[in-house]
Amino acid sequence: MTNGTSDATVWLVIVVLGIGTFLIRWSFLGALGNRDLPSWVLRMLRYTPVAVLPALVAPLVVWPAATGGQPDPARMAAAMATVAVGLLTKNVILAILAGAITLFGLLYML
Amino acid sequence: MSPTPLPRPATRQALAEDGSSRTVREAFWRGTIQSLPFLVVMVPFGLLFGVVALEAGLDVAQAMGFSILVLAGASQFTAVQLLGDNAPTIIVILSCLAVNLRMAMYSASLVPWLRGATTAQKAGIAYALVDQSYALSIQEYERNPGLGLPQRLAFFAGVVAVVCPSWMVSSWVGATLGQAIPDDIALDFAMPITFLAMIAPMLRTPAHMAACFVAVLASLALAGLPSGLGLLIAAPLGMVAGALVEIAAERRARA
Repeated sequence: MTNGTSDATVWLVIVVLGIGTFLIRWSFLGALGNRDLPSWVLRMLRYTPVAVLPALVAPLVVWPAATGGQPDPARMAAAMATVAVGLLTKNVILAILAGAITLFGLLYML
Repeated sequence: MSPTPLPRPATRQALAEDGSSRTVREAFWRGTIQSLPFLVVMVPFGLLFGVVALEAGLDVAQAMGFSILVLAGASQFTAVQLLGDNAPTIIVILSCLAVNLRMAMYSASLVPWLRGATTAQKAGIAYALVDQSYALSIQEYERNPGLGLPQRLAFFAGVVAVVCPSWMVSSWVGATLGQAIPDDIALDFAMPITFLAMIAPMLRTPAHMAACFVAVLASLALAGLPSGLGLLIAAPLGMVAGALVEIAAERRARA
């Protein structure tokens, strides 16, 4: 590196993160083997994608990094258009297109 | 209610719609084709990662070390930013692992669908379990509960064949070409839009809506916490909300 951190430190970070991240991903899939999960666990796990992914992007929609964290009407409207079209059509590609057109259309007009 | 994995294709009649008649090869290509739109996300972000990594003082080999050995976009950006700021090594490592902890939830939620896979197959899945491969695969599994384990694995492999190499190659291009990349075309929003587009069709029941709603509210309320931590509280709250609404709906159906 050109600043204070040494090359060896960077590689240490890369290797430790690589192993740590692999173990996180391996955790349940690998450790549980092929045992049956209790039904209350399965019930909660059913909602993993619809809980994690929206929670992951919600702050990015409300406080976008590109505007320095200021709420932005174009990005809010694009997110709403994406969700609305996705709910109505159940079609991922149409939803992406709706969001992209809304975003670029509004950014161009505003 | 949400489909749960069938142990084996049920009856011949049920084969048409639930995916159980697909061959392994068809499943692989479905995964490949469904992940093509994600190139719009992976390529610009990979390029950006390469550029940012070099700006932070890493060399091309180190940038590639991140994209091949860690293979986790958000945590790679976090690491590079903290390294550039000369943060203590332990802080860099802990922050990035916190950002990646959500993947333990992905790992758990795949258990019912991928039980029976060999250890080597599970290791391969663990290596390539990123937001995109998880989101696309779980969506496909829920939509086609009749898929067999080989088809499920093939679909995942098809997604990974597009998503992972494009991330690696584009970060290499970004790190090599550096500054020649325009940074003013609102690509920051490609990621939120693609994820929202995938999630919306999965909101099939009031329980799914409740899980989503609670998780979003909680993640916004907890946005002030250090990166990754708010999500680790918000997502389980959403999952509990979904489960509770499901139980309530079952009670009502029985009454």
